[in-house]
Amino acid sequence: MLKYVAKRIGLAVVTIWAVATITFFLMNMVPGGPFLSEKAISPQATAALEAKYGLDKPLLQQYLTYIGDALHGDFGDSLKQRGRTVMDIILMKFPVSARVGGISVLVSLLIGIPLGCIAALKRGKFLDSLISVVATCGIAVPSFVICTVLLYFLGVNLKLLPTIGLTSWKHYVMPVMALSFYPTAYIMRLMRSSMLDVLGQDYMRTAKAKGVSGFVTLFKHALRNAVLPVITYVGPLLAYTVTGSFVVEKIFTIPGLGGEFISAINGRDYTLIMGTTIFLATLIIVMNVVVDIVYKMVDPRIKLK
Amino acid sequence: MKQNPISFQLKLNPEDFLPATEEEKQSQIIMRESVSFWKDGMRRLLKNKVAMTSIVVIIIVMVFSFIVPAFYPYSYKWQMKGANNLGPMEYSEEEQERIAAGEKVFPHIFGTDKMGRDYAIRVMMGSRISLLVGLIATGIILIIGSAYGSIAAFFGGWVDLIMMRIVDIIYTIPDILLIVLLSFALKAPLGNLKNVPGFSWVGVVGENLISIFVVFALLYWVGMARMVRSQVLMLKESEYVTAARALGVGNGKIIKKHLLTNCIGTLIVTTTLQIPSSIFTESFLSFLGMGVAVPLPSLGSLASDAINGMNTYPYLLFIPAILISLIILSFNLLGDGLRDAFDPKLKN
Repeated sequence: MLKYVAKRIGLAVVTIWAVATITFFLMNMVPGGPFLSEKAISPQATAALEAKYGLDKPLLQQYLTYIGDALHGDFGDSLKQRGRTVMDIILMKFPVSARVGGISVLVSLLIGIPLGCIAALKRGKFLDSLISVVATCGIAVPSFVICTVLLYFLGVNLKLLPTIGLTSWKHYVMPVMALSFYPTAYIMRLMRSSMLDVLGQDYMRTAKAKGVSGFVTLFKHALRNAVLPVITYVGPLLAYTVTGSFVVEKIFTIPGLGGEFISAINGRDYTLIMGTTIFLATLIIVMNVVVDIVYKMVDPRIKLK
Repeated sequence: MKQNPISFQLKLNPEDFLPATEEEKQSQIIMRESVSFWKDGMRRLLKNKVAMTSIVVIIIVMVFSFIVPAFYPYSYKWQMKGANNLGPMEYSEEEQERIAAGEKVFPHIFGTDKMGRDYAIRVMMGSRISLLVGLIATGIILIIGSAYGSIAAFFGGWVDLIMMRIVDIIYTIPDILLIVLLSFALKAPLGNLKNVPGFSWVGVVGENLISIFVVFALLYWVGMARMVRSQVLMLKESEYVTAARALGVGNGKIIKKHLLTNCIGTLIVTTTLQIPSSIFTESFLSFLGMGVAVPLPSLGSLASDAINGMNTYPYLLFIPAILISLIILSFNLLGDGLRDAFDPKLKN
């Protein structure tokens, strides 16, 4: 077990380093610099600014300095938003994305798991077909389609919900619906197939033969085993939705981390690009590792490789 | 004749050597041809109504996006004066005059966009681009993934170890971040490349489209590689591989001829299910404005353009949105059908 955990953590560290390195060199391939768009600036001033942030040094030296600083937890100052460190910006924007993302993951679990179970229990009946059709269609619809349809009907036509910003609970409804649509459909499918698998197991028959009540077999034997595959899916899902969906944040103008990343790239704000990428990548990778380890601890049947 | 009970002599029965009767010959006749892998799979596929319906839908969409535009009276980049923002089946004033003069004018079935371009042809071209991206990207993924996976599995040992660690790392890299970054970073080098003689096709295809392909080629083959590896690991222990090796067949030929051909079922299914996910990603990138170059439409960019005028012209948004969902849904259902037909083990 310890060996496995150590191996996974080692791999995660390598991956984060790889992401940081790839991002660093890719970012510097993007033409233009952070100070080019400001027209009123003189060449001397640009040179002075570049010298201040160390952008005049050779690329390799910049890279080594950056990695060294990052290892000490210093992600530098934003090049565009003067006077704010990258950490400040991330810590300000991340909770916004995290709240919307967290709620939508919760919603998709609360809807997806029960509906998947019902479909499996009523296998072959009308309700099963209905849920399966909805789930199959659900994973085929891109998130921007959901967003725009919601925006059109609920926001513009019926004027039920506000379309821009994030100030009251009403503002959360549409982004959460849009973000949780795909995961809900996916969890329904996952839950249905794993529940069907569990229902066919010998221990289910044994429990029934022993006269255990249907309620107890369902919750104690079936559900606890069937929910395992959902756990593996939820870890990365949580990381992805919490870090903010680019599309949903763009459409509903949510001031989250996804939008910040796009505008950082557009503005060639090198330190902010690096900071957000490393932050998001670390979150996703750590989430993956945690889920894999938890999964193996919860289910002893899975052999440690 | 009485036989010694402990004799080792064969107990032959003369009746066993009589010519076979007609009745016995009947049982030897092959009533039906033996069912090959393809026939068996096709038979199951043809019975699957959902999969057949999705094939029909895909063929209809393909006819409309690849064949119909050649005969269509309008072009996707032709901006007609005075025909801006027409509703479905409406005519511009100039066209109404021409109709009054007895001329026949082809109707704008879905109306026109704000630049006065016929929307029906733009939607058709858009789905052509989306389908092409899906198919080409999947082709790239198929080639890289199957080559990588089979090589890793076939040679095993430390080759496998290193190759699969690389896969693990790529697998955990957050793809969306890298896609966004890559498409920004590749824009300039590709822009320079199109001025180099011999590479002018880059400008026609569009730099963004090529960078999408590069992204797919770099990141998305890992799933395919894992799938192929697990299959090849199983297959390489088979007798026919040992036999081929004993006959002195080279490694490359064994992989191509024996191993990959035998995991064709998995390859077909994974490829079909990869197509919708490629289309999905392309539409997402186009929607964010990182997809195809400007006069060319794709379903994602059409939807993105239509968002601003959503209040007044909602159909401009809904047509590409519905179409893209339909295409993805059909490919998904077809993939499920193919899996049930060709690779029943994969189910669940």
